[in-house]
Amino acid sequence: MLKLEPRHDPSRVMTYLSPVIALLATVLLGVCLFLALGKDPARCLEMFFVAPVKDARALGEMSIKATPLLLIGLGLSLCFRSSVWNIGAEGQFILGTVFASGVAIRATEQSSPLMVVPVLLAGMAGGMLWGAITAILRDRFNANEILVSLMLVYVAEQVLGYLVYGPWKDPDGYNFPQTVTFLDAVRVPRFAPASRANAGTALALFAVGVFWVFLHRTHAGYRLLVSGMAPAAARYAGFSARSALWTAFLVSGGMAGLAGALEVAGPVGQLTTHVPLGYGFAAIIVAFVGRLNPIGVLFSAVLMSMFYIGGELSQARLGLPRSVTGVFQGLLLFALLTCDTFINYRLRWISPS
Amino acid sequence: MLRLELSGITKQYPGVRANDSVSLRVAPGQIHAVLGENGAGKSTLMKIAYGAVQPDAGEIRWNGRPVVIKSPEDARDLGIAMVFQHFSLFETLTAAENVWLGLGRGWTLPRVIDRVREVSHQYGLDVDPLRPVHSLAVGERQRVEIVRALLGAPELLILDEPTSVLTPPAVQKLFATLRRLSSEGCSILYISHKLDEIRSLCQHCTVLRGGKVVGEVDPKKETNASLSRLMIGSEPPELPHTERTPGEPSLEVSKLSVPKRDQFGTSLEDITFTVRSGEILGMAGVSGNGQKELLAVLSGEDTKSRPGSVKLFGRDIAGAKPQARRKHGLHFVPEERLGRATVPSLSLAENTLLTRDEVSRSGWLFPSALRDLARRLIERFNVKANGPDASARSLSGGNLQKFVVGREIDARPKVLIVSQPTWGVDVGAAAQIRGELIKLRDGGCAVLVVSEELDELFEVSDAMIVIAGGRVSPRIPTRNATVEQIGEWMSGLWPGNTVVAPRDVEASVAQA
Repeated sequence: MLKLEPRHDPSRVMTYLSPVIALLATVLLGVCLFLALGKDPARCLEMFFVAPVKDARALGEMSIKATPLLLIGLGLSLCFRSSVWNIGAEGQFILGTVFASGVAIRATEQSSPLMVVPVLLAGMAGGMLWGAITAILRDRFNANEILVSLMLVYVAEQVLGYLVYGPWKDPDGYNFPQTVTFLDAVRVPRFAPASRANAGTALALFAVGVFWVFLHRTHAGYRLLVSGMAPAAARYAGFSARSALWTAFLVSGGMAGLAGALEVAGPVGQLTTHVPLGYGFAAIIVAFVGRLNPIGVLFSAVLMSMFYIGGELSQARLGLPRSVTGVFQGLLLFALLTCDTFINYRLRWISPS
Repeated sequence: MLRLELSGITKQYPGVRANDSVSLRVAPGQIHAVLGENGAGKSTLMKIAYGAVQPDAGEIRWNGRPVVIKSPEDARDLGIAMVFQHFSLFETLTAAENVWLGLGRGWTLPRVIDRVREVSHQYGLDVDPLRPVHSLAVGERQRVEIVRALLGAPELLILDEPTSVLTPPAVQKLFATLRRLSSEGCSILYISHKLDEIRSLCQHCTVLRGGKVVGEVDPKKETNASLSRLMIGSEPPELPHTERTPGEPSLEVSKLSVPKRDQFGTSLEDITFTVRSGEILGMAGVSGNGQKELLAVLSGEDTKSRPGSVKLFGRDIAGAKPQARRKHGLHFVPEERLGRATVPSLSLAENTLLTRDEVSRSGWLFPSALRDLARRLIERFNVKANGPDASARSLSGGNLQKFVVGREIDARPKVLIVSQPTWGVDVGAAAQIRGELIKLRDGGCAVLVVSEELDELFEVSDAMIVIAGGRVSPRIPTRNATVEQIGEWMSGLWPGNTVVAPRDVEASVAQA
């Protein structure tokens, strides 16, 4: 009989090695999967791990995918650290795109290039507003934040749909559900004309530093951490659980909203029903694979964006089904949870006596 | 023929050998004590006898026959019953329904009710089968557990620290029941670290230390000192205790009433007492009589009490948060050291930040300052830890307690409130903690010690109050108090207490 037995002192090194081992296990399982599908595993792996980083253009594409994942993942890692379960980052992302677009479509040819700043701020405000709805329901009525935040995703989709099918529809858009294309003044500036990489990536990298300092070097970050890990200790010390809840939702909502704003004002350039790609959900995996640590989230966001690109490429070039991206993400999370279990437990064979 | 014989029992846990080749022989009808400090391996040994834990090596013989006890069901089939230290009763069910849950198919509820009445009558265990468990006092709940155990007519009854939740009169009542069982031929394994009880109740005593048997004695022929020597391997440390005149009132509680917040809580009613500087005031009482609620009000975890009901140096602090109270010199050591006094997964250095607000400056943290403070606490209070970066959960109970008490003492409080300062702590660490409290008092601090251990309160406090049923007794100087008197007060029977405390039924038992 197999039995899981708690380890006396869990290894610190393994806490950091675990994601690496999980990645190797994912690759291994992926190879089995490709063989079973009758594809050349080497070619498939190349799509996932080589093609996304092979030149400047590919890196630019990767940065476009990694930036929203990183921004949302940072916000969620802070949220999950304080044991506030915001599952609805996708909805906050959508509201971010909506609010940002609301400002962006008002730009004229005379607008200053600085108008992109209010566009991004409006996106953050939209995400925060959507997060605040869950926070207030949790705070006032003790509603379950997992359910509320998740259901608000579908409400957000309806809001987006109403606007692009209705009041904001581009009159010259052949009746497609989309707004006008944004003017250059409200677009996020690119680094180089050849690549689609833009200033949003720099913003996200800067946010990594800000989050690290906040979590590890400020008393406010410490209070958040304690209220997540040991609510009784937080009460004992006098740290408010309410302020932790609000901080978590406003910060993670704001980050998701910012990601949404960067998406519409960056690579997409207009608001359509196809803007939300599920980054808000994928970022949950990003946050956990990154150990809820800002530096770790940076690596996992890059990894996850490679999965996105690899999935698209293998669909286009090798004829693999589109769902392969989701399967890869799921495998990675599954492998990580397994590895994490073995940090704290060991497997023992017990002979049934 | 022996009822139960354990020989060469060994059980290895990760990092600790809980039992090392332990042998134990229990005769029929014998009341057999298993004595040892916290962590000596008593509970593990009993769980092995009850089938809840499997030994790595060793043999178990039951009535002369070698047996393998794979599960508690096996144990019950053999005739072994156990009453655990922490009760396993469903609060929303009645006593009889709880008993019914543990029985096999084929029992109807009316039959269970009849049997519970029969058994409780037979052994003088006062249990009403139809009362819901949440309305029962701790002593009554224990009686439900014992009746449940006796329903199977066991030949061996194991009791794990049964008196830790009882008032002194209730203890005497329990002993009468146990003696009666023993005279009918039922063997009893009695686990305890209380020497007086073992000497008055038990006929044989096996002493464990560090997982090994260090002695087998007849407790009636031993003294407390000789048993204590066997148990801890050295002389029990003495505490110097000098009289002092207390100073100004530091912490004043006046006419504090707090309605209970939930069905299973206790309401506080009209509580008034004062702690003066330079004194240790001890608060006795069986747990669940309002200590938790009162401490939350005093610490600032509950700030909803009436304004003016709690004063610190004359200043109203009833609505002040814990940070504000700490700023004015009030520090608090709660009963739960892991999860409340410390965050288990954070390092000792990070855990200093919970109550030592001065380590962070204008909201910024300096890891080296945290580490320095933790290092100082480890040295000053003799904490065995793997440096300031060791996680709180990696420390043993006693060492973590030393760290937590040290963290608050090092803050130079003017008022210190300590709940269960030495609960689950070994004798050496307990003596050190009590010594630190007395030193703090000598320095002029007002100290309130809330404890269930009467011995401890008599040892450290200058004066005592008792909490029962959410009310607090008048204070009495420790030199004028006796264990018997405090025991009666713990049942709510102090002069002038007109209301019979709702959660205290031991009162009627004591009078009977």
